[in-house]
Amino acid sequence: MIRRAVLAAAFLALVPLVAPAVQPDEVLSDPVLEDRARDLSKGLRCLVCRNESIDDSNADLARDLRLLVRERLVEGDSDDEVIDFVVDRYGEYVLLKPQTDGSNLVLWLAGPLMLLVGAGLGVVYIRRRNAAPEPAAQTLDAAEEKRLQEILKE
Amino acid sequence: MIAELGHFALILAAMVAVVQAIVPMIGAHKGWDGWMAAAVPAATTQFFLTAFSFSALTYSFVVSDFSLRLVVENSHSLKPMLYKVSGVWGNHEGSMLLWVLILTLFGACAAWFGGNLPPSLKARVLAVQSSVAVAFFAFILLTSNPFLRMGIPPMDGQDLNPLLQDPGLAFHPPFLYLGYVGLSLTFSFAVAALIEGRVDAAWGGWVRPWTLAAWVFLTIGIALGSWWAYYELGWGGYWFWDPVENASFMPWLLAAALLHSAIVVEKRESLKSWTILLAILAFGFSLIGTFIVRSGVITSVHAFANDPERGVFILMILAVFTGGALTLFAARASAMQAKGVFGLVSRESALVANNVLLAVSCFVVFIGTIWPLVAELAFGRKLSVGAPFFDAAFTPFMVVLAIILPIGAILPWKRAKLNRAVKQVVPAAILAFLIAALAWTLQTEKTILAPVGLALGIWVVAGSALDLWSRCGRGDMASRLRRLTRLPRADYGKAVAHFGLGVTMIGISAMNAWQIEDIRVAQVGERFEVGAYEIELASVDQVQGPNYYSTMARMNAYRGDRLVAALTPEKRVYPVAKMPTTEADIDNGFLRDIYLVIGDAQDDGGWAVRTYIKPLANWIWAGAILMGVGGLLSLSDRRYRIAAGAAKAGGGGARPVAAE
Repeated sequence: MIRRAVLAAAFLALVPLVAPAVQPDEVLSDPVLEDRARDLSKGLRCLVCRNESIDDSNADLARDLRLLVRERLVEGDSDDEVIDFVVDRYGEYVLLKPQTDGSNLVLWLAGPLMLLVGAGLGVVYIRRRNAAPEPAAQTLDAAEEKRLQEILKE
Repeated sequence: MIAELGHFALILAAMVAVVQAIVPMIGAHKGWDGWMAAAVPAATTQFFLTAFSFSALTYSFVVSDFSLRLVVENSHSLKPMLYKVSGVWGNHEGSMLLWVLILTLFGACAAWFGGNLPPSLKARVLAVQSSVAVAFFAFILLTSNPFLRMGIPPMDGQDLNPLLQDPGLAFHPPFLYLGYVGLSLTFSFAVAALIEGRVDAAWGGWVRPWTLAAWVFLTIGIALGSWWAYYELGWGGYWFWDPVENASFMPWLLAAALLHSAIVVEKRESLKSWTILLAILAFGFSLIGTFIVRSGVITSVHAFANDPERGVFILMILAVFTGGALTLFAARASAMQAKGVFGLVSRESALVANNVLLAVSCFVVFIGTIWPLVAELAFGRKLSVGAPFFDAAFTPFMVVLAIILPIGAILPWKRAKLNRAVKQVVPAAILAFLIAALAWTLQTEKTILAPVGLALGIWVVAGSALDLWSRCGRGDMASRLRRLTRLPRADYGKAVAHFGLGVTMIGISAMNAWQIEDIRVAQVGERFEVGAYEIELASVDQVQGPNYYSTMARMNAYRGDRLVAALTPEKRVYPVAKMPTTEADIDNGFLRDIYLVIGDAQDDGGWAVRTYIKPLANWIWAGAILMGVGGLLSLSDRRYRIAAGAAKAGGGGARPVAAE
């Protein structure tokens, strides 16, 4: 019971949906840099949240990461350099859009491959139906025949 | 005492379910009428026992019986009545009880309204449905009993998560469950047909209304959840590709595929084995969804319950039912011979394309959802798959779907001429192009996304209107209009649902591309410009609500000198749950929403304020409502009502003839 309550409390504390994320004091004065910062933030995961980008999260750690991203941008890093910097520190877990290397190719190629397979099967099926002879008129079995007679009598 | 009766009724219901899973199945196999007929009273009894059990739990919540553990953990005496009631399913045990209640309700409906089914098929359908119920009764009784008492009842409850205290969310789970569980009946029909070894046009006709109903409920449930997220989470996001959202989206995609392929079975006696497979997979994904939500294996924003024992149990249910059904499918699918012949260009081919796209897009969502788990278990990589992946990997499918939809919908059955169909939809293409060009020239920031999305949406919307118009035949305006009023409701359903899809697409593209966001510190009394509007922070007050404290801002939105909206965004603290929430205030408009959020007090005496202007935001949900209405229109079509009438007249194997 107590364990449960603690667990529940821990869960609630993690729910990160509260106040709006980006705070006014974080916003960069250069609108172009700020736009880039926002775009980058949308692709970076808030590490203590569940499936939220640092742009959406109000967690302290997300704020730290947002400030870090902006810091790097002000220092003159390119977008890729900022991402590399963050990934070096926190691992690929921080990327909401997984990299396209190694085993992740399975993830990225699964959809297109499946589409090819599906489209292939679909085309084969349609061609078969196209070539199939018109079915002969169906004959009724005994039960259906009886039922038909009943209906006709009504 | 009431709770014990509820528990007892649940056990009785489980036993009835066991009988109903076995007796009619044997009866159908041996051809014993009495044993087959036992399914109907059993289904009725099962439903009423479960309904009694559910009522008993609801009663305990309503009177705040704090000797029940579940009530203590999920309710509070100060909570408004609506949320005491919704608290029943706002937790794991109660939501599973709601799940079986709906499961038995669908079983009972099949028993009551399935009079025109052949007796053996009906008996098998009800038996399969009941075996699913047995599994879930066992799950509740063995791992998630909602009727456990407390040794020492506390004076008051521990509240419900205040985020969940919201009308949108109160009704979100019941609708989703109606959808999930509705697919169980489709599954039962599929398995029964496999056992029977026979799928014909009549089967397609029987399955379709249930699929349609499940799909409508899923649509409403998903739309409610997304609408809730939009106004409750405080930044106007409406879809996050969260595992729990995906869990409801995957069955929705497959149900959409299924209700299209069932048309082909019904009207053209083709795609039979594929439809059976889809029916099995659709319910399989409902179970996967339940597993994801209930086990918390992929923790996400929504996962409030987490317990491995339960997860394993649901996984076993999933393995037994989908595994068993797929094995049966492998053994029997070859018996399902297609009859209809159709050309490369035909409505059938278009529906095959629709099915391929919907099924593969569902597969993409599935892979994306489970990939973090697979990558960690199999490759030792700890990674995330979030919205950017799904946006990139899923959206193309919807784009292609939107492109072929208006043409496919207008193609005739069997053999069609592509150039004739294309000619019919040319006006839609021209309209879409003109509006996209207009949007391109009018927009200040040149993004290609919005005009393209807009064009697709308009193309679908105008295409569905043309589709309806083309159904009115040829001749002068008056006679076509006269025919328009006499079209079968299924035609209207189709057009309205497709129209709705287009409207949602327009809303999503406009909101994603043209949203204006403003974050600033504002002093009380300050006026600032956002887009075409001026926003004023009039005052900020501390207010006490029934079970929370609130910081409430009064803000006004002006356009020129005209007051457009007076809004009161809040920040609340729920003391019992010790939890703050943001209550944005939104001025809903046809063309835009003004979305205001009040943040923290700043050191200089100002307040953090966020303003969003969200163009066409409401179109997203308006489109979802239209899709639902389309489904209902189609469901109310004459042939289904006639089918119900035939059932009353006791017509054994009679089949309603489609008004085609």
